[in-house]
Amino acid sequence: MDNYPVLIVVTPLLAALFAGLAAWIEERLSYPIALIGLAISTFSAFKVLMRVIASGTIQYRMAGWAPPIGIEYRIDLLNAMVLMLVSSVAFLNLIASYKSVEQETNDRAASFYTVYLLFVVGLLGVTATGDLFNLYVLIEITSLTSYAMVALGDRDRAPLASLNYIFIGVIGASFYLLGVGYLYMQTGSLNMADVSRILQSHQGSSIVLTAFILCMIGLWIKMAFFPLHVWLPNAYSYSPVAFSRVVAPLMTKVMIYIMIRLMITVFGYDYIFKTLHLSSAVVWLATIAILAGAIMALAQKNLKKMLTYIIICEIGYMVGGAWMGNQLGMTGAILHILNDALMTFAMFLAVGNIVYKIKDVDLSNLTGLFGKMPWTMAGLVLAAFSIIGVPPTCGFFSKWYLILAAFEKGAYQFAAALIISSLICAVLFFRVFEICFFNTDSKDHEHGNGHPQIKIEEAPVSMLIISGLVSLSLIVVGLFSGTIVNTIILPFLK
Amino acid sequence: MKFLGFIVVCLTGALLLYGTGQFPAWGDPGSPASTHLSNYYIEKTVEQTQVPNIVTAVLADYRGFDTMFETSVIFCAGLTCFLLLRDFTEKKERFYRHRPTGVILHVKDSEKVLKVGKEFEHIDKDFVPSDLIIKTVCRILIPFIQIYALYVVAHGDFSPGGGFQGGVIFGSSLILLAISYDLKTLVERIKEKVLGIFAAVGVLIYVGIATICMPMGGNFLNYGMLAPLLPGDPRHVRALGMLGVEIGVGLAVMAVMAIIYINIVSEGRHDEGL
Amino acid sequence: MTDLLPLIVAKYNYWLYVILMMIGLYAMIAKNNLIKKVVGMNIFQTAIILFYLSIGYKKDATLPIVEVGHEGQEAVVRALDYINPLPHVLMLTAIVVSVATFGVAMALAVRIYQRYQTLEEDELRMRLSEE
Repeated sequence: MDNYPVLIVVTPLLAALFAGLAAWIEERLSYPIALIGLAISTFSAFKVLMRVIASGTIQYRMAGWAPPIGIEYRIDLLNAMVLMLVSSVAFLNLIASYKSVEQETNDRAASFYTVYLLFVVGLLGVTATGDLFNLYVLIEITSLTSYAMVALGDRDRAPLASLNYIFIGVIGASFYLLGVGYLYMQTGSLNMADVSRILQSHQGSSIVLTAFILCMIGLWIKMAFFPLHVWLPNAYSYSPVAFSRVVAPLMTKVMIYIMIRLMITVFGYDYIFKTLHLSSAVVWLATIAILAGAIMALAQKNLKKMLTYIIICEIGYMVGGAWMGNQLGMTGAILHILNDALMTFAMFLAVGNIVYKIKDVDLSNLTGLFGKMPWTMAGLVLAAFSIIGVPPTCGFFSKWYLILAAFEKGAYQFAAALIISSLICAVLFFRVFEICFFNTDSKDHEHGNGHPQIKIEEAPVSMLIISGLVSLSLIVVGLFSGTIVNTIILPFLK
Repeated sequence: MKFLGFIVVCLTGALLLYGTGQFPAWGDPGSPASTHLSNYYIEKTVEQTQVPNIVTAVLADYRGFDTMFETSVIFCAGLTCFLLLRDFTEKKERFYRHRPTGVILHVKDSEKVLKVGKEFEHIDKDFVPSDLIIKTVCRILIPFIQIYALYVVAHGDFSPGGGFQGGVIFGSSLILLAISYDLKTLVERIKEKVLGIFAAVGVLIYVGIATICMPMGGNFLNYGMLAPLLPGDPRHVRALGMLGVEIGVGLAVMAVMAIIYINIVSEGRHDEGL
Repeated sequence: MTDLLPLIVAKYNYWLYVILMMIGLYAMIAKNNLIKKVVGMNIFQTAIILFYLSIGYKKDATLPIVEVGHEGQEAVVRALDYINPLPHVLMLTAIVVSVATFGVAMALAVRIYQRYQTLEEDELRMRLSEE
């Protein structure tokens, strides 16, 4: 009997506890402990992914109790992919953020690593679990840790941003919990597969409809789907860099994963698209979300804030794709979970390097960055191309699937919004490049000899290597999109 | 905002009530919620785990995985309060009271606590004379509260109770000490470091017991595999495993309650407060 | 109206929980003071606990603690005699979560008060826009 599925989640938890102990005994130990914990977790996730691709769904019974009685981990292709994504992003970010954690949270680094690990535990647990209530508990772990992390950021504004995040986060999680309560009332079970089996015979029930609406609204709040997005920009842009680099790519994506999981595994395609007919309404909402996110991003003067609005725009893509109700849409949404996590991660790594050198990332402060930090900017350019959707990068392929799906369904407004938002992203990033490229410091121009001396001030090597690695992975993943779709996504959707 | 909020609230309420429309009658023993899993738990628990308190059995065994994360949530809350509020810069103002006369000395800008004789006492900024009756009553009560807390933890398998409840009761006895004397008394008795270590060790006991089951050949959390390690009747091994994790939970909850209280009332300074 | 009344009386527990939840949610959305919002949050979570516990209730049933005879002579356990233990377990978890959130929210409120000397949201917004 091998225990890899549970090791993915438990090793970071153990590491978090030991790091917490180390905070009181020998602070310097906490970083290596965290690193080891996440390394084992990533390794286990890789093992599980290989196993699932080779031989199908893995079920793991906690405490040995059979599913509806106890809690089970049910890891299929989708889970395994997201688990691999989450653990490796968290691991790479931990390597990259040693220096910036030291810079930003000087005397509290050990506690910071503990909270960081608990956050990752939450995300991994949410992804792996096959139990509706266990999902809630783990959502709460991720939320609590992210409240803490956000509050550690900007001294003046972060506490208020975090408190608002708590209020909205609690409403979201409570709605989900109420939804689970209604489902429990109807089915008497909490295991996803079991609930789904029992729901087959209760398609018309008002209890199930209420449960479905509650769960979806709760998750939309948690993932910052457009009208419910107000908490996200402040929370993400005021948090410490080491944290915003992991929360921005992962948190919303994992919430999208949960939404897809509930739609496919618990409520089922037939219920959502044949009984309820909500598809086109939600696709319209997603269209509005995309446009609103893109337009609000256009109005921002701070690089970090601008990126947070682009995240809101990307959420619109994935929700729209998932609710398209056809296989292409779902493929696009799932592929975009992977791609968007990677490109947001690459983007925030680059931004993190800039923040490490320049405290304030208002667009006006970025002048001359191409000269000062050439490698970081190269990473930024690649990530930006991917977000815009330039062909060899991975962002292009998922957008392609989404557009095809929109045409198949006849949701032309969605396709149009997708293209318009890509254009807006292009405008946004070329504006950033323009500012970064031209050194508008008037002093340099006065010398008149054409080539002002530019000193290269790059971020530490560890940050650069990770940043470069992730940026290159955008192209690699892009080139292997077909393989990913054929080995992971399509077999999952069958 | 108020009007919008009112509309949102009414819509939510209407949705929830719409959902309750088809609910089975209240207390109906035949409703799906009360038959599907619930019957299994009620009928099989004693046979499978030897624990008469079904809630404890479901909490620490059938759904023990939830409870492990729930303990982590508590740990996380304590850590968060510490991380957000703890302020290691000491205040430089101190107040000393001359006991016989009641004269208060206000020392500004002193680096450390002055060594003072028996006739002086180090007091809070807002001096409240300590009440003999309150102090005496609390001094008598606190040991009993703590023994009761231990009883609630240890007897959680057989009667209402368990790690969380016992831990909270124990934590409240510490808080009572801080309220009836002052915060300094509590902080001197139980050092911050000890509380921090207790919180982590408590959760570690839980996760540790669960993890040991894996090298022993079972799934995570499968207490049944611990039989070779534990004395007594092997049928009771699950009950013993549950007791072990409950002790861990109690320890963590007790420490975290005290950490949250101390940090919030003293705004992270650990010198004076409620 | 005459139809509604028996409906309310038969399921008054659910009506109560919905009302409690509405009070909490309204406080969280519309109140100006941050502490009042935190209290509203607590009321909201308590309402959910009330909801789950009323799912678990069974008529003519007692606490889910089985009376075991001496020397292991167990009487047959009838499921009808005991209330549903599962919602109680779930709510123990939910209570812990709500306590943890409450503690963190309070800690944040203390931090905000230290920095701005106020907990009224409109004043905070004014102070933030001034800077």
